[in-house]
Amino acid sequence: MTTQMFGAPIRRREDPRLVTGGGRYLDDLGKGALAAAFVRSPHAHAKVVDIDVTDALDVEGLVAIYTHEDLPGRVGEPLPLLIPHPALTHGRTQHALARGEVNHVGEPVVMVVARDRYLAEDACARIRVDYEPLPPVVGIEAARAAELLVHEDVPGNVAAHMLQEVGDVEAALAAAPHVLELDLAIERSASMPLEGKGVYARWDADRDELRIYSSTQTSTGVRAAVAAKLGMPLAKVECIAPDVGGGFGVKINHPWPEEVLVPWVAKTLGTEVKWVEDRREHFISSAHERGQLHQVRVGFDDDGRLLALDVRFWHDNGAYTPYGIIVPIITSTQLLGPYKPASYRCEFWSLYTNTVLVTPYRGAGRPQGCFAMERTMDAIADELGLDRTEVRSRNFILPEDMPYDHGLLFQDGRPLKYDSGDFPATLDKLKALVGWDDFAGYRDRARAEGRRVGLGIGCYVEGTGVGPYEGGHIQVETSGRVNVSTGLTSQGQGHETAFAQVVAQELGVPIEDVFVTTGDTRRMPYAVGTFASRAAVMSGNAIALAARQVRAKALRIAADALEVSADDLEIVDGVVRVKGAPDSSMSLGTVSVMSNPLRYAFDEAAKAATQFAGSNDPDKPPVADDDEPGLEGRDFYSPTQATFANGMHAAVVETDPVTAEIRILRYCVVHDCGPMINPMIVEGQVHGGVAQGVGGALYERMVYDESGQLLNASFMDFLMPYASEVPHIETDHLETPSPLNPLGIKGAGEAGCIPVSAVIASAISDAEGFAITSMPISPVELWELRRRHDAGDIPSLRHHDATTRKHR
Amino acid sequence: MSDPVPEELLDVTVTVNDVPRHARVPARRLLSDFLRHDVGLTGTHVGCEHGVCGACTVLLDGAPVRACLMFAVTAQAHRITTVEGLGTVEAMGPVQQAFTECHGLQCGFCTPGFLTTVTAYLEDHPHPTPDEAREAISGNLCRCTGYQNIVKSVLRAAEIRAAAGPGAGSGATGDAAADAAGGSAP
Repeated sequence: MTTQMFGAPIRRREDPRLVTGGGRYLDDLGKGALAAAFVRSPHAHAKVVDIDVTDALDVEGLVAIYTHEDLPGRVGEPLPLLIPHPALTHGRTQHALARGEVNHVGEPVVMVVARDRYLAEDACARIRVDYEPLPPVVGIEAARAAELLVHEDVPGNVAAHMLQEVGDVEAALAAAPHVLELDLAIERSASMPLEGKGVYARWDADRDELRIYSSTQTSTGVRAAVAAKLGMPLAKVECIAPDVGGGFGVKINHPWPEEVLVPWVAKTLGTEVKWVEDRREHFISSAHERGQLHQVRVGFDDDGRLLALDVRFWHDNGAYTPYGIIVPIITSTQLLGPYKPASYRCEFWSLYTNTVLVTPYRGAGRPQGCFAMERTMDAIADELGLDRTEVRSRNFILPEDMPYDHGLLFQDGRPLKYDSGDFPATLDKLKALVGWDDFAGYRDRARAEGRRVGLGIGCYVEGTGVGPYEGGHIQVETSGRVNVSTGLTSQGQGHETAFAQVVAQELGVPIEDVFVTTGDTRRMPYAVGTFASRAAVMSGNAIALAARQVRAKALRIAADALEVSADDLEIVDGVVRVKGAPDSSMSLGTVSVMSNPLRYAFDEAAKAATQFAGSNDPDKPPVADDDEPGLEGRDFYSPTQATFANGMHAAVVETDPVTAEIRILRYCVVHDCGPMINPMIVEGQVHGGVAQGVGGALYERMVYDESGQLLNASFMDFLMPYASEVPHIETDHLETPSPLNPLGIKGAGEAGCIPVSAVIASAISDAEGFAITSMPISPVELWELRRRHDAGDIPSLRHHDATTRKHR
Repeated sequence: MSDPVPEELLDVTVTVNDVPRHARVPARRLLSDFLRHDVGLTGTHVGCEHGVCGACTVLLDGAPVRACLMFAVTAQAHRITTVEGLGTVEAMGPVQQAFTECHGLQCGFCTPGFLTTVTAYLEDHPHPTPDEAREAISGNLCRCTGYQNIVKSVLRAAEIRAAAGPGAGSGATGDAAADAAGGSAP
């Protein structure tokens, strides 16, 4: 038997390269390329009155300076609006270089090209831009008040307004025995990969061709966008994502201004040009996410069952909307989590502010939705004096309800229909893992010692693996080497390993013979990208389907050669052999030789496929009419809808009675993404997600002042967690298969971060005895909340101790 | 504004991974840029350019320093070890090997800084507890792993070093890396 590869926690195949300095990230390429640097707006909102480059012209090594006036045709037009939506009535995108107006600090105004980055920055420092400052719109409240406008032609600062309703929420609220109202807020954070963005373009004057390397989550997207901008045939543009130092969403947006400008200038100058984003640039000119204000009205019965859920929220989309309204759409749909309210209405407004634009960050609107839903669940439990897990259980969609159609449209424009999941089983596992039913005793003992501890919980469902499609191509060389390519990109998820496992399993070859390429448009020109926890589901299944094709072809060729039926053959360790008679066999490499009729023998093995090598049927062509040469397969996977993973987290926190410091004592995760291709990699994804969630819950926020300056645009001031801030994470898994795809799998990439703010807020509320309604929360803020609670401004929880104690 | 003055170039010679490396660079050339762009060792990564993330950490005479906070000229006549000096794909150093065994990296961008930091740490603290291992890596940022498997890697690296015996496993030179490579099979 071939070693079981699907499901094995094997070591990653990319790691030996990456731990020895052999990775090739964007800035490791293009030695000797010219360097680009940018003059960026220091104002949040201003007219560009004049640009004077005179002083920069003498800088040694300067090659060129460009402003918007210099950009020809489509290069000077606004960047594309990638995901149009009928509700996005006032979508706006920026110009690659500002045309007369800037709308956030960091917006690029002038591009400088020089011999190296030091000199390019020298020239930037000598360029004088005169601005006429305009009053900025900062923060959701200011955007909503709309006393000032970001874009003159966008009334109320409203980019989009959207409403979805299932059932009659008003009537259900009116009839509900209990109604609660909650105001809930989440602040801005950001993906913040350790490697920023970057693009390196090479113009090949001999072939009139452009090669682009970009630190992107979609090389096909960048290729198409740049070809369109530059008016070039797609056939003359190729794009490669090299090793990418993390993405977490921010690198799915495209083309960034620099992704248009750098290729354009490489073509214009007929040379190689590179731009690598520095950390400050990443803070002020890439993208943020998360900022939303929510109002929840919920009606429920005496048992805590949801009769009506009415959510209104305001989403801060920053200065532009290149990625459409995907984030608020996800909030509005995924907020429902594992629950089935009898009626649901969600209405949102997506608002412009003079701040960095917003595109998805790992979780993509789900952390906010989960926070709103789970805070609501805790409020219901407290109102009724019920255990918090009991209230959740009573509202769960049950396994027998699957598939469960919420009656809403999801982010892919398709029905929000859960395919599978066992929420009661997930909750049981979580309660066992964290020791839910024993916590009350622990808290009592802690209290006796003068300590404050609290237990929190958060549940979520995550639509993963959205379409439209991905592809897989597999080719077996005559050496037996198996080349696999898929078009989506990798940013650390271990695709070289996981996809190789799928191929090794499906094809029956040693994993050492499998070599995976991702994100290279030369190898797979049809692809979408890596986002929405979709890589394993989409490319994994496409590659599995392609492997099945290769397998079938290999068996057919070998059956012919061995003069047996294909049904009697198996492939084990890269050898096709007769079942029960393993001596009658041939290697896949030999099958590959025979799959490609030759005139010329390029090596010893190839002689077997030449025209005088053996008997042939003179009445048949060497390659049959319905066949192709080569042992290859290519297939695509395109699902009718997303598949839905789920998970539940619990945490124990301790808050210092004096300083209000918040410590996470335990963090427990139960996660169900279906069968795992590589549990070690899934576990790693969960760990990383939780760490980002902890950052979002306790440390990370974008601090803008009233003039629109981002005050903490450095790693000194934007507090990402170190190892000292991230708790040890205890995990358990369920593997509920998806009925939707050949491998039965679901995505895992974003899961870890989704419920963390909800969980930590729940735990702090439990420790303190009053509800936490805004995240992230710092010790200073908790201290202030305590003061207001003590002053009677914030009500105590009503049935505090009852919500972690089962009623008996 | 005054006319820009062409930069004076200075001779810098630094021993990098036991090999003397020379370049003529401006005084403001950062050590990180010197290593990456002049010497061509791109394994040292730059994540923040202000000394916080630790991705650019290299060993200066065996001690971890931020290469983005030092000028190349300051390293004149000193001995630098980069991630490339900790071992090769064929003969990984103990820390490199431990990271591959324990899934101690995802995107790999911050990893070189962790590897150099941990290598130096284990020289002085060959038998860390889990808490000490966590503390040891608390000056480096990783956005992918949540650190749990990095802590595990530190502990595993200590085991590999111990198994390789005294004198082996610093990973600071090619020889040491080769000696330590037999520590553990898959």
